[in-house]
Amino acid sequence: MIEIKKVHKFFGKNHVLQGVDLTIKDGETLVIIGRSGCGKSVLLKHIVGTIEPDEGQILIDSVDVHMLTSKEQEQFRLRLGMLFQGAALFDSLTVRENVGFSLYEHTQLPDKTIEEKVREKLAMVGLYGVEHLMPASLSGGMQKRVGLARAICNEPKIILYDEPTTGLDPINADVINELILRMQEKLKVTSIVVTHDMKSAYKVANRIAMLYDGVIIGVGTPDEIKNTKNPTIAQFITGSAHGPITDKEQR
Amino acid sequence: MASTERRFKSLRRLASIEHWLAKLGEFFLLLAFHAGGISLLLIQTIRTIATTKLRWSSTLNQMNKIGVMSLPLVFLTALFTGMVLSLQSAYQLRLFAAEQFTADLVSLSTVRELGPVLTAMVIAGRVGASIAAEIGTMKVTEQIDALKALAVDPVRYLVIPRFVAAFFMLFVLTIYADIIGIFGGYIISVFKLGISSHQYIKRSINSMMLKDVMTGLIKAFFFGGIISIVGCYFGFKTQGGAEGVGRSTTIAVVTALVLIIASDAFFTAIFYFF
Repeated sequence: MIEIKKVHKFFGKNHVLQGVDLTIKDGETLVIIGRSGCGKSVLLKHIVGTIEPDEGQILIDSVDVHMLTSKEQEQFRLRLGMLFQGAALFDSLTVRENVGFSLYEHTQLPDKTIEEKVREKLAMVGLYGVEHLMPASLSGGMQKRVGLARAICNEPKIILYDEPTTGLDPINADVINELILRMQEKLKVTSIVVTHDMKSAYKVANRIAMLYDGVIIGVGTPDEIKNTKNPTIAQFITGSAHGPITDKEQR
Repeated sequence: MASTERRFKSLRRLASIEHWLAKLGEFFLLLAFHAGGISLLLIQTIRTIATTKLRWSSTLNQMNKIGVMSLPLVFLTALFTGMVLSLQSAYQLRLFAAEQFTADLVSLSTVRELGPVLTAMVIAGRVGASIAAEIGTMKVTEQIDALKALAVDPVRYLVIPRFVAAFFMLFVLTIYADIIGIFGGYIISVFKLGISSHQYIKRSINSMMLKDVMTGLIKAFFFGGIISIVGCYFGFKTQGGAEGVGRSTTIAVVTALVLIIASDAFFTAIFYFF
């Protein structure tokens, strides 16, 4: 279980997170929606531990990630997998070295075993025979899939997705959605997906939470969110230019 | 009427002084901020070197990039500097009919000063920029975050191979620069100024003492450290896409150059007194 308790974060004078409270149950897929630049990715980076909260706590299985020593934190991070927005593949390494990165770094496994594991993970995301390619020669959709294969290579208990469908064509976006569903089904992982793609959100979510003005303004199942009474959420999910959310508020 | 106008004028002047002072203060704050950041990165790097195993393959790879591939550039710079130095000094020494001292002048100034400093400067341009650009691009494409998410320390993975490689390669390149610089002086002196080959070599060797060579080479180690740490630091500080990468590359090179010149003056002063 992941518990986010009253998390605040400032960037300079910009109060990005203003007391976020959220609980993610084991094995569920929670989708966090919100406008671009509202702090969704920042929240995700708090969970993976690359950004420290200015106030508040993040508990993963009752352990406060930010209270650990840096060595313990590194060990802890191996229980998490993260798919970055632009895939963030290491462009000086081949696909195989990218996917097997944490195995090469943290285990003494022989190269043969790692190669086998890499092939297996790539097959899980539907890629075959790309191990020797460089990331630059892959399409955007393929890069995302390689990024996902890298994220699941450690067999993590939690997978975080940062805008997994952004920048992909509708078909590739749906392929990624199917993969998110398959990961949950096959690996029994807890997933947190950050997105503003509502189609994707409805498809993969067990629950949806909306982040607005630095706080969570609503949590519910996709059906509850669809039938919300909250005018802010309603405006966002229908994608209307008119309503309580204006550009002025968002700066 | 006139008095209010005068008051306005002096108020405006006060405001402009205030503005100017604020800008100056901002500059010094930024200076302190970056100086602190660079020192912290250096301390962290040294601590990590002491406590973890070196990644040999990537260190050797960096040594190739920083050292071996910079050799042509260092070769050309040192050769032409040696040639120009001998011409210029001969031009002056001729006034006193002391042309045979060209050899002493070229070899001493090369090993003590020009070899290490010019090498460090061309390497700061070539390598410092590429380190800052590479790490900066990794930063803006979230690859640094990805490293952390995969439980790999970016300092160990990225900084240390570059730091160790630059530290030793600057030393090696400076040895090359010293030899090639003196050789450049040899070419001009022997073929143009009519000093005999034997005399040039003998005077060069006799004029240099071990201390002259050593002080130059000690400087080279420090310059290597400066170039790599400054490049890595501004790489990590990069923000805001391609423009940000350009900005941090520029500031990395400028900072490295300033630090090289400043620390050179500092070391020269120390070596002068001891």
